[in-house]
Amino acid sequence: MSYSCCEGVRGLRLSRRYFLKQGGVALVGLSAMPAFLQRAAAATPMPNKKQFVVLFQRGAADGLNIVVPYGEPNYYRMRQTIAIPQPKRGGTDAAIDLDGFFGLHPSLALLEPLFHKNQLAIVHAAGSPDPTRSHFDAQDFMESGTPGLKSTEDGWLNRALETVPEENASPFRAVAMGPNLPRTLQGVAPAIALPDLKQFKVMAQAPGTGAMVEGGFEAMYAQTVDKALQGTGTETFEAIDLLRKADPAKYQPENGAQYPTSRLGQSLQQVGQLLKADIGVEVLFVDCGGWDNHVNEGGVQGQLSNLLRDLGQGLAAFHQDLGDRMANIVFVTMSEFGRTARENGNRGTDHGHANCMFVMGGDVRGGEVYGKWPGLNDHQLNEGRDLALTTDFRSVLGEILTKHIGVADLKPVFPGFDNNPRKFPGLIRA
Amino acid sequence: MRPLNFRAPSFRFRFPSIAATPRSLLALVLSLSCVPWGVDLPAGATTLPASKEKKQKPDPALKGLPITELSPDEAILHALNRLAYGPRPGDVERVRQMGLAKWIEQQLNPNSIDDKAMEARLQGYPTLRMPTAKLIDEYPQPKPAVVQAERQARERAQVEQRRAEAAAANASSSSPADKEMQASQAQQSGSSETQSAASSGTGESAAQSAAENPNAPAPMKEPAMEPEQAAKGARRRDALGGGDPNNIPRAVADDSRRPARIVAELAMAKVTRAIYSERQLQQVMDDFWFNHFNVFAGKGEDRYYLTSYERDVIQPRVLGKFKDLVTATAKSPAMLFYLDNFLSADPRAAQRQARERAMRQQRHGRFGRRWPPRPPANPQQGAKKNERGLNENYGRELMELHTLGVDGGYTQKDVTEVARAFTGWTIDKPRIYADFKFDDRLHDPDAKMVLGKKIHSGGMKDGEQVIDLLVHQPSTAKFISTKLARRFVSDNPPPALVNHMAETFLSSNGDIRAVMNTLIWSPEFWSREAYRAKIKTPFELVVSAARALGTDVDTPLPLVQWVGRIGEPLYQCQPPTGYSDRAETWVNTGALLNRLNFSLALAGNRMRGARSDVSSLLGVDSSADAKAALDRAVQVLLGGQAAPATVETLEKQLDNPQVLQARLDDPHKQVDLGLIAGLVLGAPEFQKR
Repeated sequence: MSYSCCEGVRGLRLSRRYFLKQGGVALVGLSAMPAFLQRAAAATPMPNKKQFVVLFQRGAADGLNIVVPYGEPNYYRMRQTIAIPQPKRGGTDAAIDLDGFFGLHPSLALLEPLFHKNQLAIVHAAGSPDPTRSHFDAQDFMESGTPGLKSTEDGWLNRALETVPEENASPFRAVAMGPNLPRTLQGVAPAIALPDLKQFKVMAQAPGTGAMVEGGFEAMYAQTVDKALQGTGTETFEAIDLLRKADPAKYQPENGAQYPTSRLGQSLQQVGQLLKADIGVEVLFVDCGGWDNHVNEGGVQGQLSNLLRDLGQGLAAFHQDLGDRMANIVFVTMSEFGRTARENGNRGTDHGHANCMFVMGGDVRGGEVYGKWPGLNDHQLNEGRDLALTTDFRSVLGEILTKHIGVADLKPVFPGFDNNPRKFPGLIRA
Repeated sequence: MRPLNFRAPSFRFRFPSIAATPRSLLALVLSLSCVPWGVDLPAGATTLPASKEKKQKPDPALKGLPITELSPDEAILHALNRLAYGPRPGDVERVRQMGLAKWIEQQLNPNSIDDKAMEARLQGYPTLRMPTAKLIDEYPQPKPAVVQAERQARERAQVEQRRAEAAAANASSSSPADKEMQASQAQQSGSSETQSAASSGTGESAAQSAAENPNAPAPMKEPAMEPEQAAKGARRRDALGGGDPNNIPRAVADDSRRPARIVAELAMAKVTRAIYSERQLQQVMDDFWFNHFNVFAGKGEDRYYLTSYERDVIQPRVLGKFKDLVTATAKSPAMLFYLDNFLSADPRAAQRQARERAMRQQRHGRFGRRWPPRPPANPQQGAKKNERGLNENYGRELMELHTLGVDGGYTQKDVTEVARAFTGWTIDKPRIYADFKFDDRLHDPDAKMVLGKKIHSGGMKDGEQVIDLLVHQPSTAKFISTKLARRFVSDNPPPALVNHMAETFLSSNGDIRAVMNTLIWSPEFWSREAYRAKIKTPFELVVSAARALGTDVDTPLPLVQWVGRIGEPLYQCQPPTGYSDRAETWVNTGALLNRLNFSLALAGNRMRGARSDVSSLLGVDSSADAKAALDRAVQVLLGGQAAPATVETLEKQLDNPQVLQARLDDPHKQVDLGLIAGLVLGAPEFQKR
């Protein structure tokens, strides 16, 4: 019989395949996980604890119109109706110059100061090397962190947390803003999906009965003989209690920050509230959809422009709101793939390949567009149609995890990928 | 490491069930201290399935069954919790009258049971009866422009909504609780608009009743839940999984002609059958086998294929021969698409075709036309086809997940060889009618070696020979038996039981009904250790709660969405493993909170389209004593079996005057029966089966 049952619960990978590999016998007494019981009631605020926010742009954002290669004549040749014009003095309907070659979409104007204050870096021609053009597969690969490998069950961010095990971790150590735990955060390390801060509580109907109902549940679960239910019950009510005491909702945006009223804006505001509440949050995941613009994508104005205005306002408000706390925060954006270099017949773009990523925070060496530019000549395009890939997204994430979070070994996080620190883009201060 | 119990039936590992019997505590201590033990613990191992003598309390209702450790009531409850989705009001008594053995016999022969009442409930879901071609035709993928226009309209509505909410929140200067109520009312008014907009077509009685009944809509309602919908992958999961369970996305509304409606109808039908079907075991087996041969609705065309997959491939075979299930799934467009086998081809196929064409042209000169010429292929398709190669995805999962199990003794070489055998198993016209097709041109004609056996039957027979080989392996018998025992007995089923089942599997040529008979007629199935040892999956929880309350479900979509919210979005399991059948998967912080909130919402009649008459169920009205009502609820919903601590705890809470008053200023004291029922459904005991 396997001895692995005693190696300590944290080190185990309790995936289904794990059990199958153990022949279906595996762990006894799993339900008695002592971590539950010995957990200190509340996570103490940890000074200078590093925090990491991941934003996933689902639907494949058009990186070429987000960070515009305006110095590339082919760009204008391939995008007759949707191209963003070259920067011009005093003009608001043109790209905003970053470095003489790249410019920001004008709807991202609020991010320009962050870039020039070295708080924001961009990696262009980045993404997943897998050639798939399926949203499903590509998101799956990016979230599992194993492009091309469908059998991976857990997400890269969860595995990253596992490599930095923490005694008495807060129940809020890993949080996804949304109804379901995204694949990125699925796995052995505990993680919570929070659809809405205001809703993480027992929902009693009649006013005033909330405390009674919650107390009833809490006491029942505290006394049940089922260890798993008891442990989770303890954890759940602890989390509810922690959240209520910390009352993140009381943290109104500071420094004059104004979050957009959109769903994304509200999510980001809640992310800010969670971080300020000092309840032990280390990683946060935010979903943001709507990027699949096959039709009427628009240029300076239009659908993509609206999405970007929302994103830009959200990120800028977040940066402003968090203020000095940004010193300990890194914020990264990613999307499953980019879009075709040429616009299609519907003034939109189709599924492409490489994309751009934003990396924002105090540890970031901002003010630079990282990555090797592959060019947009026909022969330089991926499969003759998309921006080619020169930076693997795992290098970007690997560098953040290593230098910011302190992950010592990236191999279990991105298995099979050579993540030699020498190959990092160099966008995080050591 | 391969565990011993698979090889050495004489070893009896006893694992603690979740309920802490003294024995399980001992086992717990032993296991935690890491002592490898092959000790044969005494209890539960004494009777063989063949022995049908009853040692104590001969109860006529249990006649013939190897039940020694459970009381008659417990045994009947156990059967209803394992072979069915939990008892409905009166079920225990009905089974007692009929006799447990007879009830089991009926359940094992579902066609003998009349199920017309349930069938009638499915009439409102036309897609269930449509062939794939019709689904593709009538539920087309919307044009991207339409989707985008709708999204924008939705987003505008949401922004308005938020403004209204913010205004409502700011205007309120009263207590936090009042604030909460006001906000929720503001949301309600907003949401009823959304709903009526969403249900312009067919009679939407639920929306009306929600509007008429001020208590109906849930305070947690927040119509602004949907925006992630715009995200591709997330959208599919959201429609049935996440989001607000009380909010119906447009794409799945009754009159929608969107593909999402097809999957929504599947999910609603699944919930409906589980709650109302008299053929309960059939439904449990359906769930088991669908999950075993899992296909994800979110993968491309599979949303069109799943209806036929469940109806024509899985359901007719759930108690039949295992080999038939494997063969039928192997040939199903759903599986072929999901695991990419439809793309798999002999890498030399293109070359070979070119060569054959050349030869044909030569022969054409000498003998005239030998074959009818193939229609000229679309050049683009041709180019793609030429790039096709071997895809091992199905070959691997066929062995790892469908038959042998991951430790079933196969190698990477076997995976490749199996994949070669299945080259040419593809889909004809995937976007028109999607039938199985064997394309000889893509097939690898050479011999293959699988598990040391030569496979060379030729053509499609290669794959069939592989299936025949795999289903007759002892590893397969063991793997399937283990999975069934895990589903029906405990997370770590007794190895002796698994061995018995595996023997039956092999001797009966993979007859699932025979294996189930061995399982049900084993003392292990009826052991104290197995009693309430399983944590309900989210689906089991939701369905069993509706059954326990005798809920009348008019619109199952909110229930479907709750299942997703608690963590098991139906038809939305991405990996081919299917959903886990182990406690630790389902017991986690967010999910537990959702279980509690679900119980409160269902029992409190706060769910759209679901009504429970708690008062008549408990046989008390709201003027009753709170403790009496609680006792009744424990009796009715938990079979009278709750830990003393649970009851005590609840009784203490009931002393709170607020339970007795609908409103604080209401002088007339009334027990909130929905609240009491919700508390009991949220109890740890109800999370188990």
